[in-house]
Amino acid sequence: MEKKWADMTWQEKREERFKRWLSPDIKFTSPEAEKLYKERVTRFTKAIKLEEPDRVPVMIPAQFLPSVYAGYNLGTVMHDYGKLKEAWLKFLNDFEMDSFLPPSLVLPARMLEMIDFKLIKWPRRGLPDDAPSYQFVEGEYMPAEEYDAFIYDPADYLQRYFLPRAAGAFKPFSKFAPLTPFVAIPVGYVAQFADPEIRKAYETLFEAGQEAVKWAMAVGEMSQIGLAAGYPNIWGGMSQAPFDMVGDFLRGTRGIMMDMFQRPDKLQEAMAKLTPVAISGAVSSADASGCPIIFIPLHKGTGGFMSNKQYEEFYWPTFKEVMMGLIDEGLVPMPFAEGNYEPRLEIIKDLPRSSTIWFFEHMDMAKAKKILGHTCIAGNVPVTMMVTGQPAEVKERCRKLIEVCAPGSGYILTAGAWMDMGNHENLRAMMEAAKEYGVY
Amino acid sequence: MSGDFANLLADLKEDEVLRLTEERIESGEDPLKILDDSRKGMGIVGKRFADGEYFLPELVFSGELLKQVTELVKPHLKQAVETKRLGTIVIGTVAGDIHDIGLNIVDFMLDVNGFKVHNLGVDVAKEKFVDKVKETKAPIVGLSGFLTPAFDAMKETVEALDAAGLRKDIKVMIGGGQMDDEVRKYAKADAFGKDAMAAVALAKDWVGAK
Repeated sequence: MEKKWADMTWQEKREERFKRWLSPDIKFTSPEAEKLYKERVTRFTKAIKLEEPDRVPVMIPAQFLPSVYAGYNLGTVMHDYGKLKEAWLKFLNDFEMDSFLPPSLVLPARMLEMIDFKLIKWPRRGLPDDAPSYQFVEGEYMPAEEYDAFIYDPADYLQRYFLPRAAGAFKPFSKFAPLTPFVAIPVGYVAQFADPEIRKAYETLFEAGQEAVKWAMAVGEMSQIGLAAGYPNIWGGMSQAPFDMVGDFLRGTRGIMMDMFQRPDKLQEAMAKLTPVAISGAVSSADASGCPIIFIPLHKGTGGFMSNKQYEEFYWPTFKEVMMGLIDEGLVPMPFAEGNYEPRLEIIKDLPRSSTIWFFEHMDMAKAKKILGHTCIAGNVPVTMMVTGQPAEVKERCRKLIEVCAPGSGYILTAGAWMDMGNHENLRAMMEAAKEYGVY
Repeated sequence: MSGDFANLLADLKEDEVLRLTEERIESGEDPLKILDDSRKGMGIVGKRFADGEYFLPELVFSGELLKQVTELVKPHLKQAVETKRLGTIVIGTVAGDIHDIGLNIVDFMLDVNGFKVHNLGVDVAKEKFVDKVKETKAPIVGLSGFLTPAFDAMKETVEALDAAGLRKDIKVMIGGGQMDDEVRKYAKADAFGKDAMAAVALAKDWVGAK
């Protein structure tokens, strides 16, 4: 009899997930595509398990670049899903790569406009058409006095307080009576829907929902085309460190740093509430996508932002809990350590062997390899070199990185961040380097 | 007593600092003296930041404490406060980029180290840099940027300063997330600073201060 999911060790669960990643429910365009797909997935899974693959795998550091490469810009492809598909298809056809990122972060501009979203600026809404990425508008969307309401019931809080501030379309939701109490006979609850503003809000959301689905279909189609052509997805889902969830979206950098002094207990409680949320969201996306790698961009715990003591008190405990929760579900957390994570190496090494991919921006990779030798690392050709440098320099930098990081497996070659513009020949140089110098 | 006040502020003792501020105001002490002590306290904070003992949370919180002290003191001030400064600097995050964490650290560190800082904020058009340099006659300009497109915006800002005939009289430093010496060359700036302490060192060097 097959072992039940709940009885499996995390390694067994992960093997199951790796198997599913290796054999997706898809019709490949050719036997050759299928063969290459399996080789590519195996390259990654071996690097993760610290077994030697055929060669060093590469994550091509292109996020929004395909729009520029196709002669469009971010503004165009955020508004026109036809051109979005065309651009990503062109990129897929023209570049060799080990994994393919469908444009799931190229957000649907029309939907954002319809709901009057305020947390980011994007092309044609605060930014020019050729802005290479959208940008976050930080703020104290949750004032300090509202911690208790958030901790009492995050779901109620997010609907009645956070969303009305984050998006104009949700503003009438602030009129709702508390959504938490047990409602047996929901007469009063239902009566609220007679309010013309609440009604209008729902009408807007129905429309915006249609738009979001149109976009999701286009992105999904891209992803399917990529898979069928033999390119694995490398982001099965996303998650965040609870400190960043509070700091990025609820309290802002200034707010959360004040909280570390003025209300540390409330901050800790709020992060504890968000920990299971950060896990379950990523698990369901990975279940849907079939890829077990969970991308976790890290922001406010970077070196220089806080001391190691503060990191260990406020940032690491709930973040580690999130990663352990993911690992226990057979997933592979891929924290992307933006900025300089070197001061944190001795702290973050405290994770199970071969459980994680640590993706670094600025880092002494030799030191990282030494301290995190029990886990896979990825990075970190400087993005300045990717954007302004020449292919020969990029190739040479890749060679050096491979020399330092690849021995004994556990290394994925990529840049320190995504290049959103610049010389795309540098992407080819990176791939060439992996094939020339990265063979085991 | 004044030394205690500066140290309490530097140690971020919120309750004590505010209580002491009120006591000193009530005792009829010259409010300028309180502000002077606050400045000393902030100087200690800046030094601890430079020494790697303090980080961003301490800067943010000490800034808040200073704000609270200043608000308590303000109604009792008889004249505007003028302090002698080492020099004037115009800083800002270049056009198309709205990141300000690093910018505000640089602002803080230049300020506590004796510079008059005109912080233009984020997404600053090149014309605004030109206008502010003309207006303030600042000999130093600091360009901040986090994203890769800031490379071009920095280059264009330096070119605009040049076109306005100001370039020969000023020094330009750049810094921020993705910046390095490659970008400095690309943007034709005079120096790249990897952190706020580097910005202070460069500025002191350029105005001939120790």
